[in-house]
Amino acid sequence: MATKTMNMIEAINSAMDIMLERDPEVVIMGEDVGYFGGVFRATAGLQNKHGKTRVFDTPITECGIIGVGVGMAAYGLRPVPEIQFADYIYPGLDQLVSEAARMRYRSAGDFICPMTVRSPFGGGIFGGQTHSQSPESLFTHICGIKTVIPATPYDAKGLLIAAIEDNDPVIFFEPKRIYNGPFSGYYDRPVEPWSKHEGSDVPEDYYRIELGKAATIREGQAVTVLCYGTMVHVVKAVVADLGIDAEIIDLRCLLPLDIKAIEASVKKTGRCMVVHEATRTSGFGAELAALVQERCFYHLEAPVERVTGFDTPYPHSLEWAYFPGPIRIARAFDKIMKD
Amino acid sequence: MAQRPKDNLAPLRLHIPEPKFRPGDKADFSDIVIPPVDVNQRPDEHVNPSDIHPLSYGLVRVLDDDHQAKGSWNPGLDPDKLRLMLRNMLTVRAFDDRMFRAQRQGKTSFYMKSFGEEATSVATTMALHRDDMCFPSYRQQGILITRDYPMVHMMNQIYSNRGDKLKGRQLPIMYSAKDYGFFSVSGNLTTQYPQAVGWAMASASRADTRISAVWCGDGSTAEGDFHSALTFAAVYNAPVIFQVVNNQWAISSFSGFAGSERTTFAARAIGYGIAGLRVDGNDALAVYAAMQWAADRARTNNGPTLIEYFTYRGEGHSTSDDPNAYRPAEEYASWPLGDPVDRLKAHLVKLGEWDDDRHAALLTELSDQVKATQKEAEKNGILGHGLNHSFETMFEDVFEEMPWHLKEQCEQVLEEQRDKFGPDWSAQ
Repeated sequence: MATKTMNMIEAINSAMDIMLERDPEVVIMGEDVGYFGGVFRATAGLQNKHGKTRVFDTPITECGIIGVGVGMAAYGLRPVPEIQFADYIYPGLDQLVSEAARMRYRSAGDFICPMTVRSPFGGGIFGGQTHSQSPESLFTHICGIKTVIPATPYDAKGLLIAAIEDNDPVIFFEPKRIYNGPFSGYYDRPVEPWSKHEGSDVPEDYYRIELGKAATIREGQAVTVLCYGTMVHVVKAVVADLGIDAEIIDLRCLLPLDIKAIEASVKKTGRCMVVHEATRTSGFGAELAALVQERCFYHLEAPVERVTGFDTPYPHSLEWAYFPGPIRIARAFDKIMKD
Repeated sequence: MAQRPKDNLAPLRLHIPEPKFRPGDKADFSDIVIPPVDVNQRPDEHVNPSDIHPLSYGLVRVLDDDHQAKGSWNPGLDPDKLRLMLRNMLTVRAFDDRMFRAQRQGKTSFYMKSFGEEATSVATTMALHRDDMCFPSYRQQGILITRDYPMVHMMNQIYSNRGDKLKGRQLPIMYSAKDYGFFSVSGNLTTQYPQAVGWAMASASRADTRISAVWCGDGSTAEGDFHSALTFAAVYNAPVIFQVVNNQWAISSFSGFAGSERTTFAARAIGYGIAGLRVDGNDALAVYAAMQWAADRARTNNGPTLIEYFTYRGEGHSTSDDPNAYRPAEEYASWPLGDPVDRLKAHLVKLGEWDDDRHAALLTELSDQVKATQKEAEKNGILGHGLNHSFETMFEDVFEEMPWHLKEQCEQVLEEQRDKFGPDWSAQ
């Protein structure tokens, strides 16, 4: 299959372009996604190519966007709404929690909701507390919804295609810090473009990556690091800098979770560290830590370590003090490797 | 600490709405303005919404005080159709009576009657096409009855028994019947509003010919979903009919808590630039005519309509509240717009197409039919008596395919049953 170097935005755009082409039921909508092509340009050119009834702008009401999506899905369409920032998703939460996620269950399959809600999430772009949040654990806590978070252009395209084809609602969170290049977490170093990363080698045609399968980014023996999104690249850079023989697992999908990959790795290394950008308390790291101790307790050499954002709103000027960057991760490695 | 008001400024006052009558008061509705039939005339279906603002404040009526169908809104239905309308409304009433009693007998957890507002689901559905999509709230059992959905399915759902098509997952009355154009009832209020718009937008985007209709109550117009939906519908000129069943009460809160002290619910349409109609909800012919008008508009790409049915909730909100605790017991008897069934019956009698004997015979027939259906449904079990769906069904349909964590939890619930009933217990 012919490939092309793509950044994350181009890969996401390509996934939607292909799905609009392949499946006449796919519809894309959201604030500024139509003529303009989205504030991050993820839908650039799609309206022009596929027409206004398939790719269109919406009023600024997330409740309306999600609710209309549920109704379109009930009709038989496959809506792919964009919520401009994950921080804006809350007005649509009732429609996601009580409607989209429950539709198959409450109607015993009479109605389903094959809807994929795309939304940029996470910080590191000086977005302040309303453009930086990582609310993924709100969605993993809801039964009936899948949560997918890619970390490379290749994964973003394959996972988004699988999400759109999935017959259940999917939250597709795009780490916006790495839209244009993988971020090492060393914010004072030059930014690398995607073209230097193998994950930017993206097939131009259709392919899918099964939801619920993690990817091993680096094999190692000393410690397992579970991470996703932007943090995959940060962890990778820190591990390289520190020279630790860590096994890095990119979860890619938080629900369904690839528990087999997690178990196998932790049982091998005997240590487990979880890294996410979201706030700590009741974050997805808490779920991962609980699962690991339930299933791998007798293999553990040290307590499961969590590296997370702090339990504060995402600050503006102190962004890098908040961000779980190289220093916080290095300290956690020190601690977990000591025991 | 509260600040003292500045000496030179009048203190502000917070207004808390209060209904006019409470238990012990004599209900007096003489201030409700009921314009004579045809003061609010039927405009052409292609009318510009801005030209019909008075229809959002008036009252569309067909049946006059002498039970005759009059004026420009008269849909001119033949006697057979009128009798069918009466029959459907009476079926709802007979069904409600029986199911309310079943709840009181402990056969199920919950029930909601629609006494006094049957016209708003029966007459409306009769004015729609059979393949139009209905997005009901929780008091529109009349849609299913009008579309001849098997009553035994409704009862199985209410009993959450092994015959329940929804596998015992939903609170009673939260039906779902896609093949009958009846969307899954949520329980969270007004969420169906933007969904109905989405369905209508999808239909329009596919050059389909079907339209959607959605119901909510007066109280739940306050939900954000209501306003998101009206915005979307106006923006995309969606072929959807919004209906507000203004039955005056949201559990114990009167309609003033949704804003009725200042304006009508139909007038919400004006701000969105869509057509609005305020209709006598107890006049089945006016309800039919309004729906027909709105449906014609939607079908001819003239966009959405908001219809307010001015009616009265004749009984409690559900089996879980006692209306005598918050409103005078005789309010319904004093309601100036009467009872929808009585009025339609009187109209048919006036036409010479109906009489008391036939009416009594119909009541007996429907009561017998409901009782017989109830017996049939109870063969599948009643709530909590063991004839429920299998334990595995609790974990099915969360996703299309069951992920590992649900499989593990499913195994756990089966082990719990074996702990309870012994190792020989079988899920089958």
